[in-house]
Amino acid sequence: LELIGRGRRQRRRYTVSGLVQGVGFRPFAYATAAALALTGSVANTADGVVIEVEGDPDDVAEYGRRLRAQAPPLAMIVAVAQEELPSTGGTGFTIEPSRGGPARTLASPDVATCADCLHELGDPADRRHRHPFINCTNCGPRFTIITGLPYDRDATTMASFPMCPACRAEYEDPADRRFHAQPIACPACGPRLTLVDAAGAPVSPGEDPVTAARRLLASGRIVAVKGLGGYHLACDARDPAATGELRRRKQRGGKPFAVMVADLGTARRLAELSAGDEELLGGARRPIVLAPRRAGSGLAAEVAPGNPDLGLMLPYTALHALLLGLPGDPPGPDALVMTSGNRSGEPIVTDDGEALRRLAPLADAWLRHDRPIRVPCDDSVSRHVDGAELPVRRSRGYAPLPVALPFPVAPTLAAGADLKSACAVASGRYAWLSQHIGDMDDLATINALTVTERHLEELTGVRPELLVADLHPGYRSSEWALRNADGRPVRRVQHHHAHVASVMAEHGLGAGERVIGVAFDGTGFGPDGAAWGGEVLVAGYRTYRRAARLGYVPLAGGDASVLRPYRMALAHLHAAGLPWHSWLPPVAACPRAERDLLARQFATGAGCVPTSSMGRLFDAVSSLIGVRHAVEYEAEAAIVLEGVARAAPAGPGRAYRFEVSVSPDGSDVADPGPVVRDLATDLRAGVPAPVLAAGFHAAVAGLIADLADRCRERTGLDVVALGGGVFQNALLISGASRLLRERGFTVLRPRLLPPNDGGIALGQLVIGASGGSWNPAEED
Amino acid sequence: MGHGGGGAMSGELVEHLFLPAHGTAGNTVLGDSAVVDVGGARIAFSTDAYVVKPMVFPGGCLGDLAVNGTVNDLAMAGATPLYLSIAYILQEGTPLTEVRRIAAAAGAAARAAGVRLITGDTKVVDNGSGDGVFVTTSGVGLVAAGVEIGPHRATPGDAVLISGDLGVHGVAVLSVRAGLEFDTAVSSDTAPLNGLVAAVLATGADVHVLRDPTRGGVAASLNEIARTAGVGVSLEERRLPVPGGVADACSLLGLDPLEVANEGKLLAFVPRDDADRVLAAMRGHPLGAGARRIGVCVPEHPGMVVARTALGGTRVVNMPIGEQLPRIC
Ligand SMILES: [Fe+3]
Ligand SMILES: [Mg+2]
Ligand SMILES: [Zn+2]
Ligand SMILES: [Zn+2]
Repeated sequence: LELIGRGRRQRRRYTVSGLVQGVGFRPFAYATAAALALTGSVANTADGVVIEVEGDPDDVAEYGRRLRAQAPPLAMIVAVAQEELPSTGGTGFTIEPSRGGPARTLASPDVATCADCLHELGDPADRRHRHPFINCTNCGPRFTIITGLPYDRDATTMASFPMCPACRAEYEDPADRRFHAQPIACPACGPRLTLVDAAGAPVSPGEDPVTAARRLLASGRIVAVKGLGGYHLACDARDPAATGELRRRKQRGGKPFAVMVADLGTARRLAELSAGDEELLGGARRPIVLAPRRAGSGLAAEVAPGNPDLGLMLPYTALHALLLGLPGDPPGPDALVMTSGNRSGEPIVTDDGEALRRLAPLADAWLRHDRPIRVPCDDSVSRHVDGAELPVRRSRGYAPLPVALPFPVAPTLAAGADLKSACAVASGRYAWLSQHIGDMDDLATINALTVTERHLEELTGVRPELLVADLHPGYRSSEWALRNADGRPVRRVQHHHAHVASVMAEHGLGAGERVIGVAFDGTGFGPDGAAWGGEVLVAGYRTYRRAARLGYVPLAGGDASVLRPYRMALAHLHAAGLPWHSWLPPVAACPRAERDLLARQFATGAGCVPTSSMGRLFDAVSSLIGVRHAVEYEAEAAIVLEGVARAAPAGPGRAYRFEVSVSPDGSDVADPGPVVRDLATDLRAGVPAPVLAAGFHAAVAGLIADLADRCRERTGLDVVALGGGVFQNALLISGASRLLRERGFTVLRPRLLPPNDGGIALGQLVIGASGGSWNPAEED
Repeated sequence: MGHGGGGAMSGELVEHLFLPAHGTAGNTVLGDSAVVDVGGARIAFSTDAYVVKPMVFPGGCLGDLAVNGTVNDLAMAGATPLYLSIAYILQEGTPLTEVRRIAAAAGAAARAAGVRLITGDTKVVDNGSGDGVFVTTSGVGLVAAGVEIGPHRATPGDAVLISGDLGVHGVAVLSVRAGLEFDTAVSSDTAPLNGLVAAVLATGADVHVLRDPTRGGVAASLNEIARTAGVGVSLEERRLPVPGGVADACSLLGLDPLEVANEGKLLAFVPRDDADRVLAAMRGHPLGAGARRIGVCVPEHPGMVVARTALGGTRVVNMPIGEQLPRIC
């Protein structure tokens, strides 16, 4: 029996690579071995987690299966290699000390409080009952507290909180859910909450700070709340006075506020949620989810004036859960506005002193704690469209998850673009995109880019040898790259090429592949000096050729025409040869003097740049049909236009068509003139705005399919990549994807990264690392 | 091609094309004039070409602009401008009345500035080879002993002063170029600044930098100074003197007044303790009546210019890129 038993023993080494450290992988390996009665060991190494197991061959094989199938929720397994070893006998399963340095240890994003921790939070018998900083290996802060690698308590902002004996025992027990949970804490040893006033003095000392904060919120006050990646400004979202006051103090114009609700049930009452929306809402990443708002939800109108969607999120830390009330708590707001704690245009505030100073005009009280935030990290924003995620802002919960690259690259840094900025570093087969940084207008944001990029280098060990930046001569991000180059080469890449390459890379297209890239966005610098933005590029990673574009119209006065869409409407009317009749809404909206000036500018070209921007066409149509003439945040006119279009009755609507012709250089030019003229005619005839807006969306979707068809005829390509901020429009991306699939195209849609400039750094990386640049060279 | 706008693009041409070609790269301070030692005298030398469109605009014309421009470039080195040369390139068919007007304006400007036009040249080119009248002026002046003025001397702590209203010349030119009219009429501020500089130097203040913010406006001048000296410049947006007519025009055209050209204003960097004295001297001169302190030179953000906004933000003031391109995506 002994002989037979020994003969049937097998020893195997599993090397698991990917995001496998700091996510509870070793206790999982330990518990799985115990469950299968296998002996052996586990250790963190430079390659990932190395496990040796020995026992019955069937069990050893089963172990390998469970490694993949039952891995801890935070683990992201890239590969499992296996190697047969001679049996060594032995008893028990040991967790061995880490070996070989951090190398490519991937840092985990911050993770929403798990169900087990939430249960303990509400359990009066648990020693962490109502502890705002409860966490375990399956949840809690990571990215925002990591100060260095290897990921260890000493290399986090928890270093200044020595563990109490009880926490220490859990931390060291391989069978415990908190084994090596670096941010482990309890009421005895963890961070502490305080509620203070503008002078930093405690508000209602002796009382539970959360209880006191809830009372303030219920009475219509604005409370600054220190969260994971920065401060929020919170107020009761059902209180019009409080919400209106917050909007006034933040000088935020009409930009929507995000709302955090107590639970999924509340979320369902506020918005129409698909199964996918609910999965996003309740998932570990816990972004703000955009979903159609329900009428009569009882939310204050000031939350998102004129916006068809609501941005909802669920609590992602125990503090948030407590703030919204546990079952049995005294009543309080069940929906809180939770907007970034910053002043207009500045990055989110993370430092306690800064919070008191900078948020002084904004908040009535500060609910804060004594655990420092290492890097700012805003909430992510996402939505679910046709069964897949369409990220809008990739930040907390996502960063710094790497994106696997289709081919290895030299250490590279991409600076991103100027709005909704995010940078990225890459080396080998991984790219790491930073969290959302903000708009590069303010010095504080540019400084945040510097801090963010350094932190990213620390976490990833990438030491960039090449920098990549946008071709735009006035981009602050590009100037930042030049300033920080320090002798390293800076490669400049074209904006829309980068949009397309981002989508190609996240879908894993190989180095030699090409696609029909539809890049529709606001504006980007074109090598011909025009403001591009409605482009079809036949694109590979290294080169691209412009296969089609929207017809040029004059964009007068740079950003002025972006903030006042009626100017774009007048430009399109001018280009379409339509007189500026006084009954046309944009004509009525434009002051006489400005109109006369524009007329002369369009006639002479003075102060005008030609643009092929699709985003600006959306703005123009929004104004043309009387929806929005001026905006307070970019893309507002287009977003509201989409909302109007969604209100159109189902069934076939108006059929508008762009006129496509071939230009002398052989590329297609799509003239929006016929669409503009038909819209004006229908408007005059009294066709309601939703029908006009829906007809326009259908026309753009149809144009995408037509241009792709023409491109396929010439190139034989049948893969279409959709990129650029215009594709945040759910109605458009859904309609265009359907049409393209009907015509036999394979559609690549942004799923991991936002289609907007927040995802552009990945494209910059792969283009730059492929040796590509702005030159629209011949097809390769 | 935006290389004429006086910003990043023309800077690139100078840095990557002309300086290497001339063999002067690496040892040239990129000021508007050079100060050299000639037989024991410190001579400032400057040259400039003028191609403004239209040739006549409210408040001036190509002739006085060309003289004032070179007088000012010399004055910004702390020199007393003395002699100018002037060369005209005329396109065949340009009306003589127009040429006469430009030449008369040049002569009047020289008299007003107290300099003499002592040599010159004229060429006529075929119709199509030129575009109206081009004027090139060069000039020399004397720099007094002890005067050491240049962008490299900008020092953290310096007060940044401006002699008056911003953006006036650029808006005046725009208003006639392509027939753009604004509610408030604006005339060019073209003027010789040597008298104002003399008044400033007479205070005995240790003036570090003088600069006339012409093409690319204050934004271009300050960015160049910040980069040359490796310092930061921090402006107070609410202190910037932007007259109503300029503000209105800029808002309609989507321009930043900081990026609009001036032809009769100077920027000065002086030690904080000298600032009041210098301001008083400026205000005592007709061309400096509107002088004020607009910011400070700082050790932070070297090479960058920022403007503190009314909202408490800190907007980055970029080097103008030579044309109006939207950045919003
Ligand atoms: Fe873009
Ligand atoms: Mg000059
Ligand atoms: Zn947990
Ligand atoms: Zn403890």
